[in-house]
Amino acid sequence: MTAPIDTAVAEKVPRSNTELLALYRQMRRVRTFEERVGELFVRGQSAGSMLHLSIGEESAAVGVASLMRDGDTFTTHHRGHGLFLARGADPKRMMAEIGGKEEGYCHGKGGSMHIADMGLGHLGANAIVGGGIPAVVGAGLASKREGKGAVSIAFFGDGAMQQGILYESMNMAALWDLPVIFVCINNQYGMGTRIEQATKGRALHERGLAFGLNSETVDGLDVRDVRAAAGRILDGARGGTPGFLAVECYRFFGHARMDKSPYRTPEDEEEGRAKDPVGFARKALVESGESSEADLEALDAEIAQEMDATIDFTVAAREPALQTMFRDVYAPGEPEPESVAARIDRILAGD
Amino acid sequence: MAEMTYRDALKQALRDGMAEDDTVMVIGEEVGRYGGAYGVTKGLYEEFGADRMIDTPISEPAIVGAAVGAAMSGLRPVAELMYVDFIGMTMDQLGNQAAKIRYMFGGQVGVPMVLRTQGGTGRSAGAQHSQSLEAYVMHTPGLRLVMPATVSDAYHLLRQSLKQPDPVVFIEHKALYTMKEDVDLAAPAPEWGKARVHRTGDDLVIVTYSRQLHHALAAAEAMAGKGVEATVIDLRSLNPLDFDTVREHVERVGRVMVVSEGVMTAGVGAELSARIHEECFDFLAEPVIRVCGEDIPISVSVELEKNSVPTVAFIQSAGEKLVGLRSAA
Repeated sequence: MTAPIDTAVAEKVPRSNTELLALYRQMRRVRTFEERVGELFVRGQSAGSMLHLSIGEESAAVGVASLMRDGDTFTTHHRGHGLFLARGADPKRMMAEIGGKEEGYCHGKGGSMHIADMGLGHLGANAIVGGGIPAVVGAGLASKREGKGAVSIAFFGDGAMQQGILYESMNMAALWDLPVIFVCINNQYGMGTRIEQATKGRALHERGLAFGLNSETVDGLDVRDVRAAAGRILDGARGGTPGFLAVECYRFFGHARMDKSPYRTPEDEEEGRAKDPVGFARKALVESGESSEADLEALDAEIAQEMDATIDFTVAAREPALQTMFRDVYAPGEPEPESVAARIDRILAGD
Repeated sequence: MAEMTYRDALKQALRDGMAEDDTVMVIGEEVGRYGGAYGVTKGLYEEFGADRMIDTPISEPAIVGAAVGAAMSGLRPVAELMYVDFIGMTMDQLGNQAAKIRYMFGGQVGVPMVLRTQGGTGRSAGAQHSQSLEAYVMHTPGLRLVMPATVSDAYHLLRQSLKQPDPVVFIEHKALYTMKEDVDLAAPAPEWGKARVHRTGDDLVIVTYSRQLHHALAAAEAMAGKGVEATVIDLRSLNPLDFDTVREHVERVGRVMVVSEGVMTAGVGAELSARIHEECFDFLAEPVIRVCGEDIPISVSVELEKNSVPTVAFIQSAGEKLVGLRSAA
């Protein structure tokens, strides 16, 4: 089913619970945010026909993002809500953006698939499969020149593993010793195509090795494993050896919100959803005695309340004014494009 | 006659084309088991099997490139590009290979393939999934370009595209898939490359294609209520381009608007406007007016998206201004 896990690596993973509660909290926030945004969509109160949830992939988002530092940059694919939230995004501004509202991160122009925030180093989500990958090569060049140790991370799904641009980018990153890492969140499906139907090369990290990158595949069930592997790859990149990390997980729901995933069986879904990183972390916290059920219920309720407030915020947020459609095509201060209406009036008034 | 949707008409055209010619095969992302992102190919995998409904990885340049090679080798591939927005990724295979092979190689071989894709706005899908990029294709000699606006044309033009000796880019509109119409599948196919005049009036001519045909017809009806009669021409294919039909009506009426969803600058409307000015100059009572998409990317915000391309109200208002100038003069 999933790619073979490098057991030599798995054995080295520290199993401490020290930060597990904090990681659980972030994963729960990501999941609850996505559940809420899905509700908004179903209620018809969100813009967009495009809503791709990453439920089931929380350990990848939190495991890697929890190691990012100020100055690090990243790009994501179209299933990147969790990554952005884990990196510190304001859920209200995120959800308002997904809803196409003025208060959103991109003033309602970008939406779910094109969200970005330069302040947090988010160089942009991308609706073109593989489209955001090469930008980290450029960001890595800039970071190397600046010499402050910042890394740039490309996040993408298993679908992008079959895009040529990934290989061109990995080659350049390796060739120039850039502080860059490539993170494939392998949720097993590129839209409705299972990874086995998309490639015969199953050990995804071997592709990174082929270009001279530090490369690992890690099981995404335990966020601590993801964090440990990401730590090794990130350390390498900060030292000038780019890396590749594949996180094996399972996409709980369809490709997009309305996709009922008829291409997979209920048995497959049941088996996949058993690999629930949020549930796993919760269980580990209770079993280790670090947290009680009551503590975690209180925490979950607090998060639910936070995310409920995002819905209220989004529903109340403003639609962007029509004239804003001409803003930001070019730089501030540059003339905005002339509207078709203004142009027609000018021509017809001309004689 | 049977009532069917634009989506089902496309499927029927593929089905009939595949039944008639066993070299026809469909290749693309999610075309087989999934049934197509917009459901157009649903059921064909069960009917024709994996050898003729070929699911691919997410590898757009290789999909188009493989179709080019298959077409040069005796097959008749229908490559599907899920969104026209991805056409830039394939532009080497489409623009440098498919379009040029017959010419570069001195006519030895053609590339009889169809690239089916969809474009346009209407689903709040954002800047990378909502574009109208037909001008990219129209700008490339060697490529045919078909953009059906009606259910009947979706069927007949796809059937005809499957018989062309050269590469055809066939762009559907994402907002039309559920549109219904009575279609006579047995009717003789319309002449390849011929525009259709949907409505005739003496006050202005609206030249359009794809979804904007419906907006233009609704605007024409609204104008008729105010005594302004418009001719509405659906080009149906942009290459071949039926300029004779355009010329005939422009010379008769003298006032023209070209309506298209793609951005105005250097777009299809620019080409049409230039030709009309060049070839019908003496017959024009007013400059040709372009009613096109704004020169901006598409927003996710529903209101911004809707108002960045021609609406019925906008076409009507532009038409009335164009005609109003005459009465004022």
